Order: sequence, then C-alpha cells, then structure tokens
Amino acid sequence: MADQPTIADLAPRIARGEIRSEKLTEDALAAIAKLNPQLNAFITVTADQALASARHADKEIAAGRSRGPLHGIPISLKDLIDMEGVPTTAASRLRAHHIARRDAPVTARLREAGAVLVGKTNLHEFAFGTTTEDSGWGPARNPFDATRSAGGSSSGSAIAVKTGMSIASVGTDTGGSIRIPAAACGVVGLKPEWEEISSAGVVPLSRQLDHVGPITRSVEDAALMFDVMRGKPAAATETTTLWGKRFAVLGGYFLDRLDEHVESNVLAAIERLRNAGATINEATLPHAAYVAPVYLHLVLADAAAYHATMLHERSAAYTPNVRLRLEMGRYVLAEDYVRALRGRAVLTREIELALDGVDALLLPALAIPAPPLGAAAVPVKGGQEPVRSAMLRCTQPFNLSGHPAISLPCGSTPTGLPVGLQIAGRRRGTSDLLRLARAVEAALAPPA
Amino acid sequence: MTLEQWLEDARMDAFRRKLPELAELLEGLAKSTAVLREADWNDDASGCKEGEEESK
Repeated sequence: MADQPTIADLAPRIARGEIRSEKLTEDALAAIAKLNPQLNAFITVTADQALASARHADKEIAAGRSRGPLHGIPISLKDLIDMEGVPTTAASRLRAHHIARRDAPVTARLREAGAVLVGKTNLHEFAFGTTTEDSGWGPARNPFDATRSAGGSSSGSAIAVKTGMSIASVGTDTGGSIRIPAAACGVVGLKPEWEEISSAGVVPLSRQLDHVGPITRSVEDAALMFDVMRGKPAAATETTTLWGKRFAVLGGYFLDRLDEHVESNVLAAIERLRNAGATINEATLPHAAYVAPVYLHLVLADAAAYHATMLHERSAAYTPNVRLRLEMGRYVLAEDYVRALRGRAVLTREIELALDGVDALLLPALAIPAPPLGAAAVPVKGGQEPVRSAMLRCTQPFNLSGHPAISLPCGSTPTGLPVGLQIAGRRRGTSDLLRLARAVEAALAPPA
Repeated sequence: MTLEQWLEDARMDAFRRKLPELAELLEGLAKSTAVLREADWNDDASGCKEGEEESK
C-alpha cells in the first residue's frame, strides 16, 4: 500500500496555493466511492458539505486568511462524535434517525481550524468491541486483507486514514479503540491523557475510561491534530534525539502471550531504539494480571447504566452480541464494582512507579495481528487465545490509569499485516510523549 | 453473597428472561469476578488484612 501524504506534507503546499482543498476533498470522496463498498469504513458521507467547505477554504487561503495546518484538510469523524445536522449513529440501528443538534466541542474546534469534514466512520456498535464485526452497518474490513478485522472500535477511522478516504480522523478509546485499529491498519493512534480532549458530545461507553484522540499517518500529524482538538493553535512538534532517552519495556503479562511475529517485530524495534542511543530497562506491574477483571467490571457496569432504558424498551434494535454484553453488565454487583475501583487505583500507582526514572514505557499495541473476521480465538504460542482479551491486554492499563499512550507502526508479519509499537508517557506529558514518539518513528523508518 | 449463589441467581434470571446465551456469558463474568475478589487489595471487616493494605 503506497505511502500517503501527511498533513505536514500538504499544509505548506495548500498555504502556498500549490494544492487546492477542493482537489484533496474530491480525491478523498473518490477514494470513498471506490473503496467503501468493500471496506465499509464510512456510515455517512457528507460530500456536499465537504465540497462547500473545501471551496470556502480555498477562497480564504487565496485571500491570505490561512487558519493553520488543518485548513483545507479532509478529515473524518468516528460516528460516535456529534456533527451538527448529521446522524450520530454509534453504528447502532437504535440511533439510525438521530440528528446531532450541535457540534461536539472537538468537532467545532476542527471546523474552526478549517478542517473539511468528509463524513462519519464505522465502528463496533456503541464502541463496545474490538473487531467491528458487530455494527448495524456491517463489519469494517482490514485494508491489508479484507477477510480480517480492521480492529476496533475506531476501525473505520483507521481504514480511512490508511487508504486515502481521509487524511486524518478522530477516534475514541475506552480500552484501546484508537490504538488497536491504528496497529491493525498500520497508522498512528494517540490516546491522550484522560479528558485532555473534551468528550462532550461523544456517545459514552464508560465516561471514566473514554478518551478522544486522533488517528493519523504520522506522529507529527497526531501532534497537529492533538493541539487543535484540545483548543490550542497547531504548532510543529520539535524533534528530539533518542540519545540518552530512557525507556522501560513492560514485561511479564504484556509480553508473555504475544503472537510470534508481533513479538519479533516489537523486540527488533526496541533493539533499534537501543542502537539509536536510548537506554532500555525493564519494568513490571505486579498486579498486571488483574487489569482485565478490573477493566471488565468497570466498563460493563458503566455501559449497562447508560443503556438500561433502551435495553428495556428497544433491545431488538441492538446487534445480538452487543446486546448480550450490555445485559451482562446489569448483573455486576456494586461490591465488585467497588473492588474494581480499588484495583484501578492500585494499577495506576504501579504505572506511576514503572514510569519513575524513565521517559516512557514500551510494549506492543496489539498482541496479535489483525484477526480473521468471525474468529472467537486465535493461535498464540501453541495455545488458543480469545480474540477479545488478546486484543485488549496491552492497551487497557492506560485507560484505567489515564496516562497518554500512542501506537505507531513498527513492522509487519510475513503475510504483510502491520504490527504496532505502543509508547506510554507521563501524566501532563502528552506533548513530551509526542516528541519522543516522533524520534522513535524516525529511528524505525526504513533507510531511504 | 457468595459467587456461587450470585451465579445461580443470575443464570436463573437470564433463563427467565429467555436469554439462554446470556447464561454462558455470566459464567465467564463469574470467573473474572472470582479473580477480582481474590486480589490482595481487598480488605474485610475482620481487620485481618489491614496490615497488608498499609504495606502496599
């Protein structure tokens, strides 16, 4: 799959009038028309609005009123995020007739920065899954192999960015839903610190674990999007060197059950960072084995509370698997929810300790390559691993703790499926994480 | 409530609501809950685990 231009590549050319936003938008819409019937990345395409926005952007830029690097750039939104006058379906037929009354703050900020919104992307229904097999609009498909999942829940966003249907996208991440599809589709996904980007106007899964963030073609683009989405002027990220930077590889639970090709790519990437001058240590989370049960009890109960009325009144409108998972949440006892809250505090403290004395943590983003659609389990090291737990195990901890984390491509399997490296940084340090990730991205780039 | 009692009640409720597939999922949830309840951060009214909590 050919490399696509980044925002950072295009922005100066748009500002100089060498490329028109209208042309970029037409190209994105043509890619949607060509590829969406197969990949199913979009639920709603806002072609007329997008072309009108693009023409308006071209006029403003020609008149010397550039709004910054996102001005005129075609961008998509996960269909969990409100865009005024357009349905927010959450990939559920339950919400097929919903129309957003106003933009979510993150949408408004992108519009204000001049972004051209081309449409709303497919997801696992109500963001409650990692494969996007359960969507009221049908499964999204991996651009590298259409028989496989593109991850989830923000799969449509990652597909769109990889294939040229949009140049960047906005996703959400409750247990890994930005980083997992980014890893499965070979793009960059940033989960900022919790509430660093407003989640108002975004359909919740678990308000205490939900994060909003960008999916892009480069770390630099993620930084540009992050600035705008949090209400700051977009500024170019400074570059840094890896020389003297200190990382800790999170071992144990996070490395024990990896697909062999994921493991070899991630370990090779870590070796390249060492060769570039970084110091690599090891760290563990003593209670890592509790990440999944803590996460499960919180997200199930939070989701069940939000969906309780609709489960009672319109249960048949949900996809069967999502309905059952939501129903399961209604049986979580309050006492177990409290145990999970205490576990969350323990795990957060352990992540803080693991970050003590290092710049960032390293681990895979996704323990397995993109799984076949319909698979309940996949082979890992001679055994069978349930798909859902395999997909979530490396990303969930940072939703529980709220630390920023980013996934970036670090190689591929022999059959060409992408592998993602995850870097987790300190709280109040998302910009530092992005600078570091940019240096990692440069160190991992194939030789020119 | 013991986990066994909770699971029995929950499964019966699922069948009563004509959701037999839910009963299987509840067994998986029960396994996860068992792990959660065994975690060493959980204290109890006997006071026997207070020292462990302080040392964490």
